[in-house]
Amino acid sequence: MSGAEERGESRYDVPLTVPRPDGEPARRNGHRRSTTAATDPASLDEPDTSADEPAAAGPGEGAGAVARPGPAVADRPGDHWDRKVAKGLAFLRRRLSGDYEVDEFGFDPHLTDAVFHPLLRVLYRDWFRTEVSGVEHVPDAGAGLVVGNHSGTVALDALVLSAALHDRHPAHRYLRLLGADLVFRMPVVSEIARKTGGTVACNPDAERLLGNGELVGVFPEGFKGVGKLYADRYKLQRFGRGGFVSAALRTGTPIVPVAIVGGEEIYPMLADIKPLARLLKLPYFPVTPTFPWLGPLGMLPLPSKWLIEFCPPIPTAHLRESADDPLVVFNLADQVRETIQQTLHKLLERRPDPFGP
Amino acid sequence: MTPGGTSGAPGAVVVTGVGRYLGAHVAARLAADPRIDRVIGVDPTPNPEFADLLDGVERIRLDLDSLGGLLADLDVDAVVHLALATAPDPQHGGRAAMKEQNVIGTMQLLAACQRAPRLRKLVVRSSTAAYGASFRDPAVFTEETEPREVPRGGFGRDILDIEGYVRGFRRRRPDVTATVLRFAPFIGSTADTTLTRYFAQPVVPTVFGRDPRLQFVHIDDALEVLHRSVAEEHPGTYNVAGPGVLSLTQAIRRAGRVAVPVLEPGLSGAAAIARSLGFGRYGLDQVDLFVHGRVVDTSRLEREYGFTPRSTAAAFDDFIRAHHGGVVVTRAQLAAAEELVLESIRQVRSAVRERS
Repeated sequence: MSGAEERGESRYDVPLTVPRPDGEPARRNGHRRSTTAATDPASLDEPDTSADEPAAAGPGEGAGAVARPGPAVADRPGDHWDRKVAKGLAFLRRRLSGDYEVDEFGFDPHLTDAVFHPLLRVLYRDWFRTEVSGVEHVPDAGAGLVVGNHSGTVALDALVLSAALHDRHPAHRYLRLLGADLVFRMPVVSEIARKTGGTVACNPDAERLLGNGELVGVFPEGFKGVGKLYADRYKLQRFGRGGFVSAALRTGTPIVPVAIVGGEEIYPMLADIKPLARLLKLPYFPVTPTFPWLGPLGMLPLPSKWLIEFCPPIPTAHLRESADDPLVVFNLADQVRETIQQTLHKLLERRPDPFGP
Repeated sequence: MTPGGTSGAPGAVVVTGVGRYLGAHVAARLAADPRIDRVIGVDPTPNPEFADLLDGVERIRLDLDSLGGLLADLDVDAVVHLALATAPDPQHGGRAAMKEQNVIGTMQLLAACQRAPRLRKLVVRSSTAAYGASFRDPAVFTEETEPREVPRGGFGRDILDIEGYVRGFRRRRPDVTATVLRFAPFIGSTADTTLTRYFAQPVVPTVFGRDPRLQFVHIDDALEVLHRSVAEEHPGTYNVAGPGVLSLTQAIRRAGRVAVPVLEPGLSGAAAIARSLGFGRYGLDQVDLFVHGRVVDTSRLEREYGFTPRSTAAAFDDFIRAHHGGVVVTRAQLAAAEELVLESIRQVRSAVRERS
C-alpha cells in the first residue's frame, strides 16, 4: 500500500518536474499527430520499405517490372496502391517459395519486418502513444543485454519494447527476447515467438546470442511480474537467481536497464482464480474489468499511455572472472533492479494520468 | 603401430552394415583409399544392390555376435560401426528387431572390440537424436548438452543406449581412439531415408502451430567425415550437420510441396495407425522432431576436421533437384500467378480510367 501512497504523493509533484524538457515529447508523439505525424510515420516505415525493396526488385523481375511503370502516371493517387499490391504479392510469392532466411534460433527477419512489426507499430504508436527515451544508451553494434520490468497480465510489453526499439534506434536493432518455457510449450505462440527472434530463457541460449553480438531482451521477474495484481502495479518483483547477470558477465556484455510504464494498465488484473489456473496448467487465471466478462472483447488492451526509458548501460567487461561469484551476481542484479525501480517512479511522475494523451 | 598403418591410417578396417547405403558407400570409399590395406564389410544379409560398389571390399556374411573371433584373427586395426536401423521395418520384425540390431548389436560389437588386442580405432555412427526433445531445450545443442528428457521415440532411446555403451568402452579401453559422430538427418540426391520419403510426397503433414528448425547433412559430406574419422585421428564426439537452418514449412515450400497442418495428438495417432497398417514408417521420433526441431553446433567438427559440410540449404537443394517429379507448386507458377493478378488489376484500372 505504501507504494500506492508514494505514487499518490508524487502526483502533486508533477507540475514541478514536467516543465523541464522531459515534458516535451509527451505532446510530440501523442495524439496530436497533425503537425509531426506527417513526417513521423515516413521515418518509421523506412526500415520496412528498405527491407522489402530488394524483394520486389531482386528475384521477382515480374514484380519489379510491374511496379516501375508507375512513375509515368505518378500523380494519380491510385499508383501508390498499385505499388503496395505489387509489393504484397512479391512478398507472398517469396514466402510461398520459401525464399527467405531463418537463423539458428528460428528468427525470420523477413516475416518480422513485413508482418509483425507493422502490426506492433499500430499498437505501440497509435494505441498506446508510446514515448521512447534514452535509445542512445543501447549500443549501435555488438552485444547488449536489455533488462526490463515485466507487467500487464499478457506480456505485450516485451513485444512493444522490441518493436519500438527497432523503429526508434538509429541502427534499427532487433531485440532478441528470452521467453519462459510456457511460451514454447504452446503451439502457434511458440512458432511466432521463434520467428520474431525469441528463444527459451536459458543460459546457453542467452550466451550464444550475446556471443554472436546480438541485442538480447530479458525480463527477470518472469511470471511473477506479468501475473501480479493491479494493486501491486509498478512494484518490481523478485529477480530470481540472476541468471541474466551471469550470462552478461560471462560474455562481458553491458547491461542496459529499461523501465516500461503503461503495461500495468492494459489488462488490470483484479483477481487471480488459482484453481482455474491450476486446472488449465497456467501460472495464473486473470480477472480484469473486462475479462472474462466481455468474452473476446475483454482481450482488447486498454489504451494506457506508455513511456519507455532506457537507462545508461552498466559495463561488465571487467567482471568476466566473477560470473560464478554469487555475491557479485546478486549485487549487480540488485543494482539493475534498483535502477529500473527508480526510473519507474520517475516516469510515473511524468505521467499523472495513466490514460492521458 | 601396425605395418600397414602410416600417419594414423589403419591397415585393416571392419565396416558393419555394408548391406545398407551408408555402410556400402563408406566401405567402397575406404577400399579406394591407398593408405588402407584391407576393408572388410560385415553384414548378416548381403544386399545385391551394392554388389558392384563393394568390389574392393572383402565381404563376410556374419552376425555381430560372432564378430569376436574375426577381429582377433584378422588383426583388425579399426572398426566402423554403421549397422543402425533408424526406423522399424514392419517386414523385418518391426521395432523389436530394430532394437535388437541397434542396442544388442552394438553391445556385442563393443564386447568383441574390447577383446581385440590390436584394435586402436573405433568409429560409431550416432545421431543428433541423442539430444532428445524438450520444450526447455536450448535452441542450439553443443556436444556437451545433456538431454533433458528421455526421447519418446525408439530410435532416440536406442541412440542414448548406444552412446552409453561407447562411454563404457572408452573407460575400459582408453588406448582405443573412439569417435562418435552425431549425424543430422541425411539428405541428398541419392539418400533414401524416412525423411527423404516424407519430403518426396506431394502433400506433407506437419504439426499445427509448430514450425520446427531442421538441419540436414548431405550424404556425401557424411561419407567424407566418416572417411576422415578412419584415416585420421579424431577422438571424441562430434556433431555432423550442414551449417544453417531451414524451417520445416520453408523446406516444404522450397521443395514445392504442400504442407497440411495436423493437430499434434492426431499426428501421433495417425502415425501409429499408418505403422500398424504397414505403410509409412513415421514414429514418435519424427513427431518429436516436427514439434521441437533440432539444431546443433558444428564448430567442433569444423575445427578438428578442418572440414565444413555444405550448408543445410545447399544439401536440401540437391535433394530437391533429384526429386522434382512430385512438385505441386513451382516457382514459375507462383511468379505467373503473381503476374496474372497484377495484369488483371492493371486492366481493370485502365478500363475504369477510360470510362471516366
